[in-house]
Formats: sequence, structure tokens, C-alpha cells
Amino acid sequence: MSPSQDNAPAVFVDSVSKRFRIPHERVHTLKERALHPFRRATHDDLQALRDVSFAVQPGEFFGIVGRNGSGKSTLLKCLAGIYAVDSGVIYVNGRVATFIELGVGFNPDLAARDNIVLNGVMLGLSPAEARERVDRVLDFAELHEFEELKLKNYSSGMQVRLAFSVMIQVDADILLIDEVLAVGDAAFQQKCFDEFRRLREERKTILFVTHDMPAVTRFCHRAMLVERGELVTIGDPGEVADRYISVNFPGNALAAAPGGQPVSEYDADILDAWFEEEHGDRHEYLPQGRPATFRARVRFNTEVRDPVFVLGLSNEHGHKVFATSTTWVDENTGQFRAGDEAVLGVTFENQLVPGRYTANFQVARPGSGAMVLAQLDPAASMVSTGTRNSGGIVDLPHEIDIRRPVRAPEESPA
Amino acid sequence: MTTQAAHFGRPIKGPSALSGGRGRLLSLTWTLAFTDFKLKFFGSVLGYLWQLVRPLLLFGVLYVVFTHVVRLGSDVQFYPVVLLTGIVLYTFVAEATGGCVSAVVDREGLVRKIQFPRIVIPLSVIVTAYLNLALNLIAVFIFAIASGVDIRWSWLELPFLLAFLGVFATGIGMALSALYVRYRDVRPIWEVGLQLLFYASPVIYPVEKLPNATDQHLAMCNPLAAVIQQVRHSVIDPTAPSAAQAIGGAPRLLIPIAITFGLFVLGFWIFNREAPRIAEEL
Repeated sequence: MSPSQDNAPAVFVDSVSKRFRIPHERVHTLKERALHPFRRATHDDLQALRDVSFAVQPGEFFGIVGRNGSGKSTLLKCLAGIYAVDSGVIYVNGRVATFIELGVGFNPDLAARDNIVLNGVMLGLSPAEARERVDRVLDFAELHEFEELKLKNYSSGMQVRLAFSVMIQVDADILLIDEVLAVGDAAFQQKCFDEFRRLREERKTILFVTHDMPAVTRFCHRAMLVERGELVTIGDPGEVADRYISVNFPGNALAAAPGGQPVSEYDADILDAWFEEEHGDRHEYLPQGRPATFRARVRFNTEVRDPVFVLGLSNEHGHKVFATSTTWVDENTGQFRAGDEAVLGVTFENQLVPGRYTANFQVARPGSGAMVLAQLDPAASMVSTGTRNSGGIVDLPHEIDIRRPVRAPEESPA
Repeated sequence: MTTQAAHFGRPIKGPSALSGGRGRLLSLTWTLAFTDFKLKFFGSVLGYLWQLVRPLLLFGVLYVVFTHVVRLGSDVQFYPVVLLTGIVLYTFVAEATGGCVSAVVDREGLVRKIQFPRIVIPLSVIVTAYLNLALNLIAVFIFAIASGVDIRWSWLELPFLLAFLGVFATGIGMALSALYVRYRDVRPIWEVGLQLLFYASPVIYPVEKLPNATDQHLAMCNPLAAVIQQVRHSVIDPTAPSAAQAIGGAPRLLIPIAITFGLFVLGFWIFNREAPRIAEEL
């Protein structure tokens, strides 16, 4: 039973199924029960997981991807022992720590110190172990000066930092992590990513649930795609991410209805999106240093006034290298009626270092609520071609000059 | 099967009342209980005072009513001490069981997010109630000694009586906390139940004032009544009838004992049956 067994997978899941009962009307009172003692409460069964099997080797960083409601979080909760499975078995080899949510057990009326202990105990430390780690946690979170402050006076970003810092101080062989990355400011996020890399290098076994594809391709050794409770594919993270994108964002956003009639889920459809080189020809390979254009053809299914068009370009590592929006250029994009089409063009000087870039395109209603009418990610992709790979993200137009400053009278060196 | 299990490691069985290890059960119970206690204690400026004020206020009102208006307690030895002790013991049971009712629902964040022995939730409520009781008892002892109650060896019975009372409260608490997840009217029902328990126990009236012996014997079948009576006998006033005398013979004490342990087993059975699915039902 020791965690160091040879050849034993860290996590072994054998044909696990999980069903939820969704009662039609909830019998919440004894009176209802007493009045209708023989009426069986009717219910729908929701098959959250259907016959899922896989194994994760020790030291593997394993991604579980799928859209909302696909069953990936249910799977994680079954692995964590929070839900009982209906059939199948799960084995784990080693100490497990679960991070379904950051800051489990946090109490707003207690100081940060007390909350660290509380949260640590919730995550499986003994109270003594938790107390030992308080300082390390505060160091990592950079919140030492606020250690006696009650948590309710913390900003939400600070709370998240504290929670994440507790999490990485909990030592376990197997970590189950559910979308906790989308937190904190950019600097702290970078720190989190660094921690993930460290955990990966320490050969911890990590099961990571997310729909952040760049994170999957960046960190995971392997990944699996879950759709409607079933395992769709398992293997190379890049392939799984591609599959996820093709399943969830089909080339044109027209989803086929059961009858075969194309219907639109959205209030607008992105019919096509592509890149053009400087002469207006459709092209995937765009020379570095020359103008390039992104174009998208959009059809509105409802009346919209001044829609907002948003374009983002991401490199292969998932870094967004460029983003723009009509709100920053011209808000008056015009009035569109249902059935109207528009072709948007964004022309830019291609200063991107050689490599592949994907475009993320969105159409939204104006206003701070920013209701999305349609979106496509990736909408199109392009390859910046060139010979000079400087190692940066962009190749800004620049000049280099060297001057020799007139030397100031030297102060006597000590 | 066992060889397979040994090969693949530890099977994950899903949540239950007790699974998750004894160390974790104890440390979680204590951490949750002490946190609650601390929040109450340090949460407001007069923390400890508020904890005392409620039983003391009830005591003040009842004392005035039953010594000056109804004169029920005027010929009872150490009536004020008996009254206060009864109130404090009743308050313990009321806090412990009443707190358990919504405990699982209130701790939803934990139940749905981490794996731990589910029994921790009602147990931590009981432990918090014990901590409050300990503080209240300090006040009771000061009051008793000031009133001229003698310190005696029979005081050593007290921890056992309190432990017994805890078993009684835990049994009820486990059942209530598990049932409340499905049936929300457990709360009003138990509020009425607690009222009944108060008047069914010899808190404001001494048990010997009941009209006949049969009534006295019946009243003593209530575990809380038996504990209050025995505390009165062994701690406050040795001339008062002990629980055994009041119920009509020591063998009959098996009735409240059986009720207490019966409730405990029943409560655990209910909780254990519901525990695996509590996270989904919430």
C-alpha cells in the first residue's frame, strides 16, 4: 500500500459511472410526505459520468478538459471522494489533496493567520503542521504586513493570493485541481504558473480540470476530453485541445439541429474569418514587417445598434500578443437589422516574430455588460514568416545606435 | 480482489460518516468547534458576557416568578442554585441539538468542496456547546459556593453526568442535522420539541412537587431530567432525592440510559445512511 510501488498508476479509474437524480418537484416538508406517503417522487436521471476509465502515472500532469456540464468537475469530485460513484472503482496511490475551490473554510471574521490554519486543516494538514507553515504561506502571498487583518477587510485579489499560497504549501503526492488559475492579477498569475511548473518538475501527480486550452498545452503531459459524461479522447494535450476546439467551436458557428436544419445558438453568426496579405489576397503565411489584414464576415440574426468587434491574437504559448476593439477606435459601427451581413477588417503592421498565431474574434453588444453576440476561438490562424527570430514576442520597429558619452570627471575611487 | 487493491493502491469509496481517518476526524472537529467558539467569544466586545447573559436573564425572570409570584421554589433548599444549574444544563442540550439542525446546510461550502468524515459537522457543534457549558459552569460554581453549597467528593460524578448528557444530545443532533438536509420543517418541529423538553424537565419545579409518584417516575425517564436531578443531588443538595430515588429504584435508571443510547444508535444510523449523498442533496 505504500505510494512507492513500482508500475502502479497514481490514479486508476475503472469504468466509473455517476448519476444524479433531479427530482421534478422537491419534497421539502414532512407534511407533503405525510399527505402523499405512497407517491413516489418522480425524478430525472442525469448521467454525469458514463463508464469512464483511465489511469494516470505518477509524476504526470494530466489535464481534464470539457465544456461546462460535461462532467469533468463531477469526475474530480468522485476522485476526491466527495461524491460516491454509482458503479466502477477508483484507486489512488499516495496522499491526495483536493482543490475544488480556493480558500475552503475561510472565515471572514478571522485574521489571515487563523484562516491559514483553518484552511490548511481543511486541506488535510494537522493543526500543528498548519501552524508551522503560516509564515511560509504569508511569505509566498506577500501578505506579511496584513497577517492580523481580518479576512473581510482583504480585497478579493488578496484573499485569492492567500488561498493559493496555502494550497501550494500542502504537500501531497496527488493534487486534484479544479480551475483555480483564473485568479489574481497578472503578476500573481505568473507566480502561480511558476508554481505549477515547479510542481511539474517535482514530479507531483496533478489532475487538472480546466477549459483553458493554452494552459493545457503548456503544462500537461497528457490530457483527456470529456463530453456529456463520456470520455471522448485521451492523449497528447495539443491534439486534445484541438479536438476540444473543433467540438465546441465548429468552423462556422452554425450548430446542426437534430432535424438537420441549421439553427444558430447566437444572435449573430461569424460566417467566415481569414487573414489577407497586403494586396488583399487570402493567405495564411504573412511576411514579417509587411501589412496584414484580419477579416471576418458576420451575419446578424437580430437588430443591433453599434455592435462591438473584438480581435485578439495569441501565440503558440497562449500569450495574447495583440488585442483591439472597435470601442477604442470608433464606437459608431452602425445599425444592423436581422439578416444583415458585415465584413470587418483589421489591418496591422505584422511585427510578430515568426511563428503561428491564432485569432480570437468576438461580436458583442455595446455597453459595459458586453453581451456576446458571437465568438470564435480560434477564428483563423496565421503564420508570421521571416528569418529573424529574435526570441521576443514582437519585433518592434527599432533602431540601434551606440554613443560614447563624454566622461564626467572621475571621482576618486576609494 | 485484495491483490488487485494492493496493486492499485487505496480505493476511493466516496464520503461517509466516518471515513477519512481518526486523526482527521479529531483535528477537524476540534478546529471547527474551537473556531466557532472563538468567533463567539472574541467576536463582540462583551463576548463572554453575552454567553452568560442569556441563561442569566432566563434565570432572573424565572427566579422572580417562582419565588415571589408562584412560590413554587420558596421551600426548596438552594432553589436559586438548582434553578440556575437546570437552566445551564438545558441550555447545553438546546444549543447542541438546535445548532446541529442547520449545521450540515450551513457548512455546505465544506461538504461540497472537500472530503472529510461527515460526522465532524454535528460533533463540532456538540464540542462548541461543551465549551460554552464549561464557561457557564464556572458561573454556576461561583454562585453555588457563594450561596453556601458545600464542596463534596460527590462532585466528581459531574463529568460522567455531563458526558452522558453529551451522548444524549449527540444522538439527537446527528439525526436532526441529517434529516434537515431533506426536510426543512425539522427546524420548527425541534423548536417545539425543545420547549417541551424544558417543561418536561425539573428545571423550574423540583421533581418532588409532581402530584404523585407515578408522575415522578415517568418524568425521570427523560434523560435530561434524570441528569438534572442527579446533579442536584450530588452537587448541590444531598438531601434532595437522587435520580435513582426519584425514578423509584436504581434498576429503573436503565430506562433513561437505554433511551439515550438508543437515540445515539438511531441518530448515527440515520446520519450514516444519509452521509454518502449529503453533498449531492444540498
